[in-house]
Amino acid sequence: MTKVTVVADHVERRRCRGLRFASSWWVRVWMVIGLLILGVALIGPYISPYSATELAGTSYAPPSEQFWLGTDALGRDVLSRVLWGGRTIIGLALASTLLAYLCGGAIGLVAAYRGGLADSVSMRFMDVLLTFPALLFLLLLAYGLGPGPGTIVAGVAVVQVPGIARLVRSAALEVSVRGYVEAAVARGEKTHAILVREIVPNIASTVAADAGARFTGSFLAIASLNFLGLGLQPPASDWATMIAENRSFVSIQPWAVASPAILAAAFTIAVNIAGDAYARGLGRSSDPRP
Amino acid sequence: MLTFVGRRILVGIGLVFVASLLVFAATNLLPGDAASAVLGRNASPEALAALRAELELERPLHEQYLDWVTDLAQGDLGRSLTNKQPVTALIGYRVVNTLALAVTAALLLLPLSLVLGTWAGIRAGRRADQAISGLTLAFIALPEFVIASILVLVLSVGLDLLPPLSLVRPGENPFSHPTVLVLPVLTLVLVGVAWMVRYVRAGVASAVTSEYVEMARLNGLPEWRVVLRHVLPNALAPSVQAFALTLLWLLGGVVIVETMFAYPGIGAGLVQAIASRDLPTIQSTAMLIAAVYVGITIAADVLVVLLIPKVRTTK
Repeated sequence: MTKVTVVADHVERRRCRGLRFASSWWVRVWMVIGLLILGVALIGPYISPYSATELAGTSYAPPSEQFWLGTDALGRDVLSRVLWGGRTIIGLALASTLLAYLCGGAIGLVAAYRGGLADSVSMRFMDVLLTFPALLFLLLLAYGLGPGPGTIVAGVAVVQVPGIARLVRSAALEVSVRGYVEAAVARGEKTHAILVREIVPNIASTVAADAGARFTGSFLAIASLNFLGLGLQPPASDWATMIAENRSFVSIQPWAVASPAILAAAFTIAVNIAGDAYARGLGRSSDPRP
Repeated sequence: MLTFVGRRILVGIGLVFVASLLVFAATNLLPGDAASAVLGRNASPEALAALRAELELERPLHEQYLDWVTDLAQGDLGRSLTNKQPVTALIGYRVVNTLALAVTAALLLLPLSLVLGTWAGIRAGRRADQAISGLTLAFIALPEFVIASILVLVLSVGLDLLPPLSLVRPGENPFSHPTVLVLPVLTLVLVGVAWMVRYVRAGVASAVTSEYVEMARLNGLPEWRVVLRHVLPNALAPSVQAFALTLLWLLGGVVIVETMFAYPGIGAGLVQAIASRDLPTIQSTAMLIAAVYVGITIAADVLVVLLIPKVRTTK
């Protein structure tokens, strides 16, 4: 039974290489939108008319030639804050997702390949981590360590690790009984060489199937922390902090809430849709299993 | 059966115990002691010493932990550091407010997501399914506060229909002004439905393609009967688990939504307590949330076994 699905996977993977998974037009439209927003976030700070923290005008100036989206409560240019506000939040989400894949991948590989005590201890520990509410964990961490980029990246990575470790473990277990792995063992290759050269390349696509959803998960967690004031600290600008600091003045200056909300929303939707299309191309669900 | 329930409850108690260790560790073991964490870096030595004495920080950690846990188990949550009131009085009315919000949202999203999820599942791959799946995919990608902001922009600022903030005085019944509940509940329902529909749809879609459903169709049963008698009962287990997962998500969602709308529930209370570094309130609220979380997980496990005989044989 497993053998049959495995063969199908290999065929699927070859067919879906490159960008060919973007088969339907609306997936392509959303990917373009996502890339545009990513571009805005990356080059925004270089093209913004003012700095994010500069008190450029009077409070609550309406949109004008000088301030395209108006100014906020402190007289800072909303457009500039939006242009500055994507880079850190996207960067931190990327960093914590990568960190989670590194740690979760290592734990999953060791658990699968060593088996025995290492396997059961690490997997029980992952189970316990999963039974603790993620947001509560992040809030307590922000209290204990103090808010800051390091806390955010480490905390969000810890929240993501158990799911990834389980996925990697089960994928590696499936692969480790294949002929080419047994051949490598018979050739007398070292364990790390087998892991890196035989197992990792063959579980990569399985593990990457829900990467899009995991990235949005990190993004949402970081945005939530920032929104609650327990992540990145003002006066630095990011989209979530902007919404939090402007929400009381939303009736006076709606653009200060609307513009970061629209950009963050469109970006996460684009990532989720692209990730889902990629996972479908592999014949899998993009919903991360706990 | 009873041994299974008993075992799950024991596991639950164990998990709450682990949660208490985690909460205690997060608030006591990290750099600096609890007193300097509460008072900040610029505190005077006298103030630090006084607070250390009040919190009994000079004693060994395991004694502090045991004291804290026994007090907690006896319902003594300590006194708030910001206004010296008992924590029970401070979070009591907040628990009621959060319950009002969460229960209303849960009651609305359960039938809605069952209907939408089943509909998408039995029409898997067709236009209705594509529309529902696409929309839910978009909604689960959105942070709760972004949805809340968009709702505020449209319904409060644009159309002036609802208040943008949900202010309720302490002790007041939140249902006495139903309009303040609309936007927070709507936000929670939109995201919660999106999550749950995806799980229900997956359960229904896999039941629809099963052999027993094909058999029922080949026997000439009308389609509504196939769905009601053969598909839905088999999608029940995933649906119960989906509802439990949605409730667990709701516990985090209320923190964001309450903060967004300045609604006085325990989530907003926890965020405020963290900002003002009010240690006893943080610990009590965190334990309360963790205990409810574990309780929901265990209850869902037990409910699945009670409802579905098939699962029992494998346990």
